[in-house]
Amino acid sequence: MPIVLRCHPGIGPAVEGVALVAQDNFSARYDLDRKAGVFSRPGHALAGQSYDGRILVLNDAKGGVATAWMLHEMKSRGIVPLALVFNRVNPILAQGAAFGNVTMVDRFDGDITRMIRTGDRLRIDPAGGVVEILEREGQGT
Amino acid sequence: MRLNDEERAMLAGELGEPRRWAIQHQIAVGEFFDAADLVPVSQAHIMADTESLGEAGVGFLEGLAATPEPARRVRVPTLTDPRGLDFAVYKRLGQSEAMAALEARAITALKAFGVLMTDTCINYQTILPPVRGEHLAMGDTGVVIYSNSVFGARSNFEGGPSALAAGLTGRTPRYGCHLAECRRATRRFRIEAPPRDLSEWGALGGIIGRACGSYWEVPLIEGIELVPGSDALKHFGAALASYGSVALFHMPGITAEEPVLGGATLETVRVGRAEIDAFIASYAAPGDKVDVVVFAAPQLSLIEMQEVAAALDGRHVHSETTLLVATSPEIKHAADRMGLTARIEASGAIVAAGICFYQSYAGELAEANGWQRLVTNSAKLTNIIGGYGYRPSFLSLERCVEAAVAGVMR
Repeated sequence: MPIVLRCHPGIGPAVEGVALVAQDNFSARYDLDRKAGVFSRPGHALAGQSYDGRILVLNDAKGGVATAWMLHEMKSRGIVPLALVFNRVNPILAQGAAFGNVTMVDRFDGDITRMIRTGDRLRIDPAGGVVEILEREGQGT
Repeated sequence: MRLNDEERAMLAGELGEPRRWAIQHQIAVGEFFDAADLVPVSQAHIMADTESLGEAGVGFLEGLAATPEPARRVRVPTLTDPRGLDFAVYKRLGQSEAMAALEARAITALKAFGVLMTDTCINYQTILPPVRGEHLAMGDTGVVIYSNSVFGARSNFEGGPSALAAGLTGRTPRYGCHLAECRRATRRFRIEAPPRDLSEWGALGGIIGRACGSYWEVPLIEGIELVPGSDALKHFGAALASYGSVALFHMPGITAEEPVLGGATLETVRVGRAEIDAFIASYAAPGDKVDVVVFAAPQLSLIEMQEVAAALDGRHVHSETTLLVATSPEIKHAADRMGLTARIEASGAIVAAGICFYQSYAGELAEANGWQRLVTNSAKLTNIIGGYGYRPSFLSLERCVEAAVAGVMR
């Protein structure tokens, strides 16, 4: 049986993919090398790791307004996270997800960065406000 | 979300494709934040630099801009944030013709909507200061936090697409800073050592921003005895918004609104000299070669331009170092007229208008010029620029000039 986590209804299409998790925050402008598709800010918990096609599970959105355009731009080049799963986002990330049609959900009961592990296979249903952990590396569910 | 007849007509496409796209985008964002309805705004401000837009974003703007003029014209005054390049200096900075061409396309598209190309992140100092209670759709975090806090206006961070949508519909979803309950203080700080210059105001903003760490936190800041000026609050707010994603602060007796506490008791966090010194020291790099010194983020006021000119008088920027000053087109014209630009450029520095450095292909600039060590008096820039491959150092305006002249960190 998958583990079912409930959240506020989100944005974008339902997707299935693999999680990349950290107890850190997110800004496309501050943290990413968007050409290479990796986290580039040296202090970030995911520095050096590729985000392309992954479901990013992070704490909060931070920083400036650029992310609102950047998700759309990243998606147009096909080097983009599959989805964003956050504890809480700011208006910019929500606007960026809506503009780029990138799947995004937030507002869970508890700290989502501690409920999901890197490598977990997830299904996200933004309209229903549901994230399911389908498979956990090494043990299944 | 509750829509009135006109809003339903927009959604049905009866007022053209741009307004249909705009209100559909606003409904998606509004529903995400449980907005009850849309609130009329008196101004919008679009962040639309081409580094963020890319080919995809420019193509999107051009698509909407190709619709008939009555369908695409913005309904409220709509301004622009700094752009990706200044056509007068881009070659000297090593920016490419491809960047200039993309920028020109974006400008043509934005003008087709009737957008005013102000290219500024200090519009509250130079274009039209907001009024208490005025609902706005501002597209720069520094502009939002200053408008909300110092003036008591009401704006969320509106990214480029959302600000354009607000310009097209004349509305924005009513959530966040538009609501009284989101303007209550949630954190409390007491300042025990007054900041001594603009960079220290930025440091203070950075310290409190890191401690808050969320758009939904509203810091109450006490202990400021001497009323800070507009440039001090500009640097403070910009750093607070950058380090913390914070959109509103209260300084009782100084900012516009009487703060309402969000909880019965808020624990007070004290910030003193040791915290400010440690913040600045964390970016120190003694002995390092200085590649580029930047005064920007936010763009400089006329008073800051005068301070930079005075610090540079009779001195020369080191031949291996670039000193860049970024201001708004309005202030650049004033600085030209008053001889400040000539005084600054006599040192070998570059004065750019309508850009703010970090929005100007900072990564490509680093590559083209071999820049790594960047020195600035802007805490906001210090926070942003690491992701672009720079190693930032954070100093006072005078010490930045010393570093530019020596070409090396003391």
